[in-house]
Amino acid sequence: MATLKELSKQQELLSGGHRLCAGCGIPPIVRLVLRAANGPVVATTSTGCLEVGTTIYPYTAWRIPWIHSAFENAAATISGIESAYRSLKKQGRLPGGDKDVKFVAFGGDGGTYDIGIQALSGALERGHNFLYVCYDNGAYMNTGIQRSSATPMLSNTTTSPAGKVIPGKQQWRKDLTRIVAAHNIPYAAQASPHNWSDLSKKAEKAMQVNGPAFMNVMSPCPLGWYTKSEDSIKWAKLSVDTCYWPLYEIEDGVLKITYKPKEKKPLAEWLKPQGRFKHLFKPENAHLLEEFQKRVDMEWQRLLDLDGKRL
Amino acid sequence: MAITATKGQVGLTGNAAVAYAMKQVNPDVFPAYPITPSTAIVEDFSSYVADGEVTTELITVESEHSAMSACIGASAAGARVMTATSSQGLALMWEMLYIASGMRLPIVLADVNRALSAPINIHCDHSDSMGARDSGWIQLYAETVQEAYDNTFMAVRIAEHAKVRLPAMVCFDGFITSHAIENISLLEDQEIQDFVGAYKAENPMLDTDNPVTYGAMTLPDAYIDFKYQQSQAMMRAKDAAVEVMKDFGKRFGREYGLFDTYRLEDADTAIVILNSAAGTTKVAIDELRKQGKKVGLLRPRLFRPFPWQEMVEALKNVKAVAVLDRADSMNAFGGPLFNEVRSALYDLDQRPKIFGRTYGLGGRDYKVKDAVAVFEELSRVVETGKVETLLKYITL
Repeated sequence: MATLKELSKQQELLSGGHRLCAGCGIPPIVRLVLRAANGPVVATTSTGCLEVGTTIYPYTAWRIPWIHSAFENAAATISGIESAYRSLKKQGRLPGGDKDVKFVAFGGDGGTYDIGIQALSGALERGHNFLYVCYDNGAYMNTGIQRSSATPMLSNTTTSPAGKVIPGKQQWRKDLTRIVAAHNIPYAAQASPHNWSDLSKKAEKAMQVNGPAFMNVMSPCPLGWYTKSEDSIKWAKLSVDTCYWPLYEIEDGVLKITYKPKEKKPLAEWLKPQGRFKHLFKPENAHLLEEFQKRVDMEWQRLLDLDGKRL
Repeated sequence: MAITATKGQVGLTGNAAVAYAMKQVNPDVFPAYPITPSTAIVEDFSSYVADGEVTTELITVESEHSAMSACIGASAAGARVMTATSSQGLALMWEMLYIASGMRLPIVLADVNRALSAPINIHCDHSDSMGARDSGWIQLYAETVQEAYDNTFMAVRIAEHAKVRLPAMVCFDGFITSHAIENISLLEDQEIQDFVGAYKAENPMLDTDNPVTYGAMTLPDAYIDFKYQQSQAMMRAKDAAVEVMKDFGKRFGREYGLFDTYRLEDADTAIVILNSAAGTTKVAIDELRKQGKKVGLLRPRLFRPFPWQEMVEALKNVKAVAVLDRADSMNAFGGPLFNEVRSALYDLDQRPKIFGRTYGLGGRDYKVKDAVAVFEELSRVVETGKVETLLKYITL
């Protein structure tokens, strides 16, 4: 893997000057993933912040071939591109001559956990050679912070508002990484942009495997989390240190936790700075906070039990 | 399906013939999803792939939405792409149809016409492709198996025409044409390859040395300009279609035009009708002609773009016209074909009288007697100079 110094000298495949928010987690994720291709790479993006923020015509931030077509179909779109590649390669008709090309689909949690899960499941089952990266910021941020099936429980969103009767989202988030892994693909992982080295290693592995690979990446969102732009990487790190967002990978069916915090931080340390959880810190909601902590503890223990095991 | 390509006659269903046409084109990518009555096309094509008779990459997608999404990805990547569907499948693709045309991707789709739910029905009408009539796709319609086979090749050329670059739909009637066996003449593989030519992609994504961005967010300062260009391309598609049809006729001896006419030259009254029902109408015309009645037919082949000037020219001397739709716009104002033909005739100083009839929805038979009854109504209109009933359902 490249050192940080080497990485800093590589040309960015996603240029600066895009319109994503200051403090958005998506650009560092995309840049690190694309660098891991280490050669020609073609990407698609589902409708969402990344698409809107990088392309407003006549500008584009993409220095690679890139397509956006709709919301629910990034995995189907990349299936078509990758199949075209295999077809033209075997016929000796690739534009510019024979070469090895990597294929990446990016989607937010709405475009992946929710509306895009059918297309994703289909593409994984068919075994296309591609990497799907979900940037999970925990809600439909592009349309104004509506809950998705990735939204943390009790989160205040515009469609799961913390109201007088119902205190935010009532459901635990969908465990998409495990759902994807159940397709028995060669590689699936969770990562976070604060740990660039772990994310880069995973992206490199994901690019190297023959067949579908998947990465679910924590993506801080100052707009939807009601946090300060300059603190995003700090809150990404705390999501991992509190074990809300464990870093692990499932390689050829074997689960491995890639980072275990020396000291597991209380969940409240991650929740408190975020405006979306403000209501949990009212005295009358202490039990909700406790319930949330218990669930995180249970999920973390479940993962520890699986560490090093073949699923 | 094992077929020996000969210049002689071969008995094939519409589906088998269109699948065979697609095999002869040998597209680079074919996303496939089964739906009645177009299933046999994707089954036959899957066999061609399994038997190594094509170099195509088959993608057995998990839905029609993903089928069209994969078509778009593959086409933007630089591949020649074909697929097939019907009814709900086309409806599920609806969102992506507009994106395929908006991105100017020359994908070719065989739509085996079938009714839309509810109530669910697997039989023929044109609700599916008529529902996609404003999606920016070129639409060709076919009366027979032979024509569906031939249209498949012409659709490739029209879609990929340098002045057009729009996706094209080859429409023919579910079961009536898709499952009926007709004797047809096949062309040789080499003749097809010479006719369609090698595919030249524009701005392929797989040209990684020259990266392109497809599908950028476009705001009010640019969106309408893109749509204007697309609209202009659709206008040019008519001339491109004429050019391609002429070339087809010259090479293979089968002449096609923007529409087909039957005994229309001296007709007092005419029926305008799409696809297989035109055959039934022609039988009625022959019977009525024997009785000395001057009746004729116009069957649109190219519905998108709509060749209205040429149609007006063909219908201007007719005294009364009945437009028969196998789809209802549910606008309480008649079917899509009726409305467009009627609108086209508006500028004539001496307009033919005109009425619309909705027939055959969900596979209800349209018989010779139904066509005869429409011609009888037309002759009453000519006699009285009045259209008593502008719109109604027949074949009820």
